[in-house]
This record gives sequence, structure tokens and C-alpha cells, in this order.
Amino acid sequence: MCRIGAIKSSNYVHPSQALKLMESQQKGHDNSGFAMVMHDLGGIFENYKHLPTLSMACTDEGLKLAEDIMHEAGFQRVMQWVPETDPQPGLDIHAMPNYVFETFDYPRYFRNGEQQEKEELLLDMRLKLRKALEENEQGFVYSFWPDVVTLKEIGDPRDIGTYFKLWTPDDKFTAKVITAQCRQNTNYDIVRYAAHPFFMQGYTALANGENTFYLKNVEAQRKLHRGYIGFESDSQCFLYTLHYVHRELRWPLRYYKHVVTPLPFDDIERREDKEQLLALRQSLAHLEINGPNTIIGVLPDFTMFTCCDAKKLRPVVIGRTDDTVVISSEVCGINDILPDRDWETDIYPHEREIVAIDNNLEVQRWRQ
Amino acid sequence: METMRVQSVTPNDMPWKIKYDASRCTLCGSCVAACSFRAIECKVERRRMVFSEGELPDPQQRFSAVPVIRQVKDIQHYCRGCGICEKVCPNDAISPERNQDTRHPIITRCLGGDSIKRGGRKNLESSVRTLDKLRIGRISQMTDPSLDAQRHSFDMLAPFGRILPAETLPFSVDNNDNLQVEDSMPPVRWIYPVVIGDMSIGALSWRMWEAVAMAVAYLNEECGMPVRMCSGEGGVPVRLLKSKYLKYMILQIASGHFGWNRIAKAMPYMVEDPAGILIKIGQGAKPGDGGLLQAGKVAEHIQAIRGVPKADLLSPPNHQGLYSIEESVQKMFLSFNAAFKFRVPVAIKVAASATSVSVFNNLVRDPYNIVGGFFLDGIDGGTGAAHEVSLDHTGHPIVSKLRDCYQAATAQGRQGQIPLWAAGGLGKTGDLAADAFKMMCLGANGVFTGKLILQMAGCVGNDMGRCNACNTGLCPVGITTQESALVHRLDVDRVAQNIVNYFLAMDTEFKKLMAPIGNSSLPVGRSDALISTDRAVADRLDIQYVC
Repeated sequence: MCRIGAIKSSNYVHPSQALKLMESQQKGHDNSGFAMVMHDLGGIFENYKHLPTLSMACTDEGLKLAEDIMHEAGFQRVMQWVPETDPQPGLDIHAMPNYVFETFDYPRYFRNGEQQEKEELLLDMRLKLRKALEENEQGFVYSFWPDVVTLKEIGDPRDIGTYFKLWTPDDKFTAKVITAQCRQNTNYDIVRYAAHPFFMQGYTALANGENTFYLKNVEAQRKLHRGYIGFESDSQCFLYTLHYVHRELRWPLRYYKHVVTPLPFDDIERREDKEQLLALRQSLAHLEINGPNTIIGVLPDFTMFTCCDAKKLRPVVIGRTDDTVVISSEVCGINDILPDRDWETDIYPHEREIVAIDNNLEVQRWRQ
Repeated sequence: METMRVQSVTPNDMPWKIKYDASRCTLCGSCVAACSFRAIECKVERRRMVFSEGELPDPQQRFSAVPVIRQVKDIQHYCRGCGICEKVCPNDAISPERNQDTRHPIITRCLGGDSIKRGGRKNLESSVRTLDKLRIGRISQMTDPSLDAQRHSFDMLAPFGRILPAETLPFSVDNNDNLQVEDSMPPVRWIYPVVIGDMSIGALSWRMWEAVAMAVAYLNEECGMPVRMCSGEGGVPVRLLKSKYLKYMILQIASGHFGWNRIAKAMPYMVEDPAGILIKIGQGAKPGDGGLLQAGKVAEHIQAIRGVPKADLLSPPNHQGLYSIEESVQKMFLSFNAAFKFRVPVAIKVAASATSVSVFNNLVRDPYNIVGGFFLDGIDGGTGAAHEVSLDHTGHPIVSKLRDCYQAATAQGRQGQIPLWAAGGLGKTGDLAADAFKMMCLGANGVFTGKLILQMAGCVGNDMGRCNACNTGLCPVGITTQESALVHRLDVDRVAQNIVNYFLAMDTEFKKLMAPIGNSSLPVGRSDALISTDRAVADRLDIQYVC
């Protein structure tokens, strides 16, 4: 079973906290990988919040290929950060030769463009890069978005932390939102893209569970958006549905829950908004999920949330202090990074709610 | 000695021969009275007996007249093998026996000069059904725990009505972040995924039709199962049209428009909307052959409901006024949508055919969003009367065709927009839950069934040519006849009870199938849950081949 975790803080947090959050939960996962997405960046990225950062792992050829494509498209690099590595012998990590975090300025003709246009451009560029680097596995392009970096690697999460020197806190590589997961794909092939969290146009999602409506979701999503590709993991479907409901349909986040785990028909009948709920249930029947799941998600405005399957078959707990909220599969992880919190205020969400944390760290519980 | 007449019909020419044991017969006459086909009769035979009474052999003969039961040697009254004689015989003295050497197909045509007609059963293929080559092989283990069929709740409803793509839903977001509906949407009814398929009052006896209607009302009112029944083409009793139970009925219109005069006239008095309208273009058991109600079955009440004289009633194989799909959409669907003020979903029923996907594509792409269901009817089912050549030699199996339609929808990102309902031999082995479940995994939203309902009522026919006399109006168990004496053989309450009980059993079985694949709502499109040990079937249906 996966273990998932997410930290949202009013201060900048170093990824070592995410490693610690996941470390004590390691008996529940198989130590086969580590992946994290960081939103609302601090440190060296803090001054470049408005510009997109490309996160990728690649070979030397892949790097050249990617830079050529970026250059050709008119993107100008304004910052590059290559994490220092510590390749000690004996580390369990299948490292790629290069890990690149490059921040770009938009092409000249886009600089004064509409936000929407820029966002579509960034997606197109990521898809283009991904496709170009796919051949011979020359690289993996995880995200290309302002104020977001992504790291995914195969191996033991502790060793991956050591390799990237992430165990030692510093103020160079930090963020106010970090989501992390410590397991490579077990259902399907082990490929870097299959590790959650998944990211698209500001949205991040990670999940613990099994989506038994995977095939239905995939068949429907493939036709919904050009960016809904890959499907290396059944959990990717959660991200695409989130993106579709919140960004494409522009429905409030609460309705995400109504789409993935719709209320039973009997309950809908008793609701005042039954017309809406029935219509969305039937129109999006193929995006419903089934099976045991806990989802953690992040929105482009950095709102973080969690929700579960309709039968609450996977655990999740939310712990908090004045300046930090942590969502995690198991409470032991939260105990490690928030040892002094009042655990009596921990929230164990039920199957019919979304718990959302806004940028003031206010926790809202929306009953479906 | 009589001259031999080769052309005379004898029992050996018939599909069934009567096996009669005179020594067991008490001559009670029950069999003759019960045989609705007049295939047996009382006769007196002249018997010769040789005997000797003296001390020495002194053979003498005596002739006596012995009353016996005999098979009628008449092609009009041939034995259908229904076995009612055997059922009523107190002494097991009589029973029908299949005659391998029958010349029936030839002599019937030779003597009648007309095509053979019979009840709707297909007798040709007897190989293993495709559905029996499929198993539900994706069983949840460990990471995705199975559900508990007894303990967990399941949401087992299927849509009937046109479903809009999400991006076209007329929603706005208000100041409180709530979605509000800004415009009307096509009507969609969520109903039980098994519709009792369209058997008309006329094809069925009034008691049978009433029993089905009673069962449907009971399932809805007492069991909480929103099962719907389709009227078939032949109208509905006015009393039902004006009652609250109309909401459980899907009204059918077909090319004969039988019964619609009364339906239209009852509209102002309806207290409930019907569950839906089903426009029948074709039926799977006899595609290309329209409905056929022979004059013998057009009893007085049928004449009244349909507004017709006692004559053969034929629904033409096509709708005379419709020449294209666009036209049918505009004329027929729109007029029926409008007739009920766009509150009642309107669907179409077509026979499965090599061209089904084209028809489906045309409908799913219609910009008016008014086709609310695609009822696809394959071969292997059927209840009505038809020409034997149609029953035996036309038609298309349902399984791959349903799959083709679903995949066509998926390829266009339009799955679910026109709900797919499938029929044609489903439940043939008695196990409708399994068949329906597999069809849903292949893409059906639900299924409809007719023949199985007749079997629940006591129909003795089968696919081996037994009985199949639905066309004659002489149904020996009172299901497809309007003869008062025969109709009264049917116990209305028992039939309704059987149907209700079958649905309750099936409901449990659905849950027993949904639980292991870890689904609490219907597995529409979950072809990943199916496996097949037959490579050709697996390839054709795009499911996993296993061995």
C-alpha cells in the first residue's frame, strides 16, 4: 500500500521534513522510490515565482535536446539549479545522469499575453519535451510551471534523500507546500512517470489506493484533453479529473467530490440541489472512481485538500499547528514532524467530505 | 388392404410423435381435452384377438372396438411437443417424442403453399454461447479489497434518457460557490438495469400482460426496485393509462402505430408521465420482418385497444414515413418529446445488424440531444410470431455488436451520452444476472429481456423446437393466447410472484458479482474485469485472453 503525505506551512519548509514525514511510515510502503512536488517556492526560486521552472531528469543528449527545443520556442533561461549530489557507493538509487531545474522567461511575443494563453503554452511545451525525450528514455519531464518543482526517482527514499543531500535542511531549496510519496508503481511497469504526485497546469494529486474504475476513467479522459496522457498509474486519473472539473469546467472544488464519489441516488433525491447533482453524476459517470482510495491534491492557488473513496477504505489524518498543516496516511509521520501539536485537534476525515486548507491555513470541512 | 398413398401425412412426417401406452390409459380424456393444438383425438380401433378356450388348441378370433388416443394426421394440427398431455395424464400413458426423421419443413410448404410461421425462437445454432465463454476474472485481492455483497451498499441504477456532455451542462456558479441550473436539460430517468422487454398486449394474453404489470408495480412499490416494463406495440389498457402506475411503463410505438389512438386520447387524463417512449424500428429475433399478430389472436379486447377489425395485424418492417436517420430524429423523436412536453425520455430500439454502429453514430452525433437510449436487440431472443425463415436465417448476435457500439462511442469520447441497452438471448440459461453483468462490462448501461419473463410464467417452449406456437393463439399455458379457456390456465398471482422472486434473486446475484470486482456502482465499460479462454472471443471483444 502507498503512503502519502503533504505539508503546507506559512513558512518555507525544506524537503527534509517531507522525508521525515514519510520515514516512519516506511513499513507501509516498499521503499521503491521517492517523488515530491513543491509549490510556492522559497530559497533560490523565491524571486522567480512568476516564471516557469522546468523540472526534469535526463541524459546529456536529453538535456541538449530539451534546451534546443526551449530555445527554438523562444524561451530564455534566467536561472538554473542543478542539485548537488552525493553518489556514495551502495546507495539504492537508479539515478539519471542529470537533474535539471531551469527557470525560463516566456518568449518575447508571449510576455504580455493573456494568462490563459501562457498556461496553454507551458502545457504544450511540457508535452512536446516529454515526447521528444521519450525516445530511448533520454529524459523525463515532470513539470513546467511557475513556482513549482518536481523530483521523482527510483530507489530507497532514504538513499534518494542522501544522494540529493535532502536530509540536511538549508534555506536554498524550500517551499510552502510539499507533497510526497515513497513508492514506485506496483500495479504497472516501474517508470518514473508512474510515481505520484502527478502534476498538470498547477494541479497536483497523489493517492493511496486502487482505482477499480481505472479503465473507464482512462477511456473517458483520453478524449477530454490533450494533456491527459500517460496513464502509467491508475492514480493519474485523479489528477486529470481534478484538472477537468476545476479548471476546464470551472466548478468549485467541492464538486470534485461529487464527481469522483457521487452520492447514492437515494441521497441525491433528498437534496435541494438534486437536479445539479444528478446531472453531473450522469454526465461524468465515467470519471467516477471505485475501490479504496485517499487523495491529496493541491490547486494552482496552493489550496491543499484531501478526500477519500465512498466507503473510506484507506486511512488519512490531518495534524496541525499554528503555522503548519500536515496530511498523511499515518499519524506516526505527523508525530515526527509536528511532535508538539495538540493531537486532539487531529482530523480523521470521513468518506463524505473534502477537507481543504487555504493559504491562511484555515481548515475547512465541506460535507458532500 | 388399402392402397398405399405416399403423399398422405402420417405421424412420422411430423416433428413430434405421440407415444401412447394403451395398457396404462384409463380413457379419462384429459389429454385430448387439454391439447390446445387438437393434435390428439379419441378414436376407436378395431382390434383382432385370437384365442383358444378348449383343451386342445382351437384358435378362434374375435374383433372388438377399442377406444384409444391417436395422433392427428393433419398438418394443421400437428403436435408441437409441448407435453401438456403428459402433464395432465394421471397414468403416464402419453407423451410426445421428438421425431428425428421429420419431413415437416418440406411437407408444410408443399401442402400450404405459404411460408412457415411460428413463435419466436431460434433453433439453428446450438454451440456454446459467447457469454458463457466469458468469466469475471478480475477479482479484487489485497490492495483493493472486495466488497461485501451482504454488508455494503450498492448503487444499481441505469440511465434512460439523453445525457449531455459535462461541458454543455447549463450550469453557473453563484456567489456561494454553488452550481445553479440555468436552462432545461433532457429528461433522464435512473431505473433498474433490467427492463422487461416489449411484449404487446395481443401477443401476450391479457392475464399474462396483467401479471407482468402487477409484478412491476410490486417491485416498485414494495421492493424499492425501479423496474420498468415496456408495453410493446399494441397499446395499453385505458385504465392503466389513467392510473398512477403509468409511471412504470415505457410506451412503445412501432410501424403499425397500434394502440396509439387510445394513448393519444388518454393523454389529457394521465396523472403520471410514462417512464419513457420506445420507438421500435426492428427486433433482433426477426430483423426485417415486422410484427405479426395473426387474426386468430385478435380477440375483441385486442380489437378495442388497437382499434382494428379481426384481421392479421402486420407492423411493416419499416416506418413508412421515415426515410433517413435525420428525418427520424426530427420527426419522430421530436414529436414524441414534444407530446410529453420534453419531460419523458424517448429511445429507439433497433435490431442488431452489421450496420448498427453507423446508426448509433448518426444518433450519438445528432445535435438536438433528443435520442435518449439505444436499445440494441440481437438474435437469440424473441417472443413474437414470425416467418420461420426470418427467425432461423436472419439476425446478428448481440455481444460483439453491443461492444462495437460502445467502442465507437468511446473512440469519439461520447460514451454514456446515449445509454446503451442490450438484449437478445440474455438469460437464456436462466442466469440473467451473469449475462447482464457481462454485457455491462462490455459497455451496456442495462439490458432488456422478454423471453425469460415468459419462462418465469411457465412457458414450456425451448430452442430445440418444442412448442414455439406463440403465433397460433393456442399457447397451451395461456401466455400467448387470447382463448379464454387457455388464458385461464395461467395463475396471474403465481406468475407475478415468480417474476418478483426472480428479480429479487437476480438483485442479490448482481451484488455477488459487483462485490468481488470492488465496485459499488454498475460496472459499465469495465471490460478489464472480463477474461476469456477463447482467443477469438477475447480478441474480438478486446478483453484479456487467459489460459
